[in-house]
Amino acid sequence: MRWIWIDKFVEFESGKRAVAVKNVTLAEEHLHDHFPGFAVMPESLCIEAMAQTAGILVGEARKFEEKVILAKIKKAVFFDYVKPGDTLKLEAGIDSITAEAASTSGKITCDEKLIARIDLMFSHLDRNLGGKEFPEDNFVFTDIFKSLMRGVCFAEKN
Amino acid sequence: MAQSRDEILQQVRQVLVDALGADDDEVTTEATLMGDLGAESIDFLDIVFRLEKAFDVKIPREELFPAENLMSDPEFVKDGKLTEKGLSEIKEKMPHTDLASFASDPDINKLGNLFTVGAIVNYLEAKLTTAGS
Repeated sequence: MRWIWIDKFVEFESGKRAVAVKNVTLAEEHLHDHFPGFAVMPESLCIEAMAQTAGILVGEARKFEEKVILAKIKKAVFFDYVKPGDTLKLEAGIDSITAEAASTSGKITCDEKLIARIDLMFSHLDRNLGGKEFPEDNFVFTDIFKSLMRGVCFAEKN
Repeated sequence: MAQSRDEILQQVRQVLVDALGADDDEVTTEATLMGDLGAESIDFLDIVFRLEKAFDVKIPREELFPAENLMSDPEFVKDGKLTEKGLSEIKEKMPHTDLASFASDPDINKLGNLFTVGAIVNYLEAKLTTAGS
């Protein structure tokens, strides 16, 4: 099972903002149980999709050298349902970023309709665990996540 | 433009309400961040980011909340209590906190009690004064 909740990036400004899209399909098995006869994408997965959009934006800002993990959901407010057949547009922007953490804000829309506002905080694993050791290779940004960025034109960082 | 202590307090209270989801009336000057308001370590980062934005100053996290590095250093902590060296280190790094009662029983489990709303206001008062001069 692969845990990827966005399909591709359509805009990417390194260190600033990114926009990804996700197509919701009835082929996603959990929708048949959530709920029977009324399929809606769980809000928790919408948050995960935003976390992946914002997390990759934060990771790329530091050249994927940090292990970026979701640490806190500062705000997640939902205004409408997400249904099979919807194409979600996930926009994320970096509010602050330091060596140890980053704060992002974002929104999810579908056909210009506002679905959610989600603000997140990420932690950079190796810098925050007081000496605990983690494997050296970056297990957060696997090849499949990096492949989402192929084909996106983004502004070069100075 | 200098901000009065009261103005600083009001802004700090708003930041803590937003960052910790606390009720307005819970955020008193004596309230401890971890004990009374339920803050965890990631919240400390969130609070620093929001304070930087609200007061337009740079706040190195180790300046406002230095104890985290201290706690893992064996020179400063022994048998669950701060050593003499640890105590003087804290006095130097955290002049914005009230160390009088902590010094009598420097149990590291009680270190969290030093981080009160008032301590943040003290820190910002000092920081904004030097920033303005």
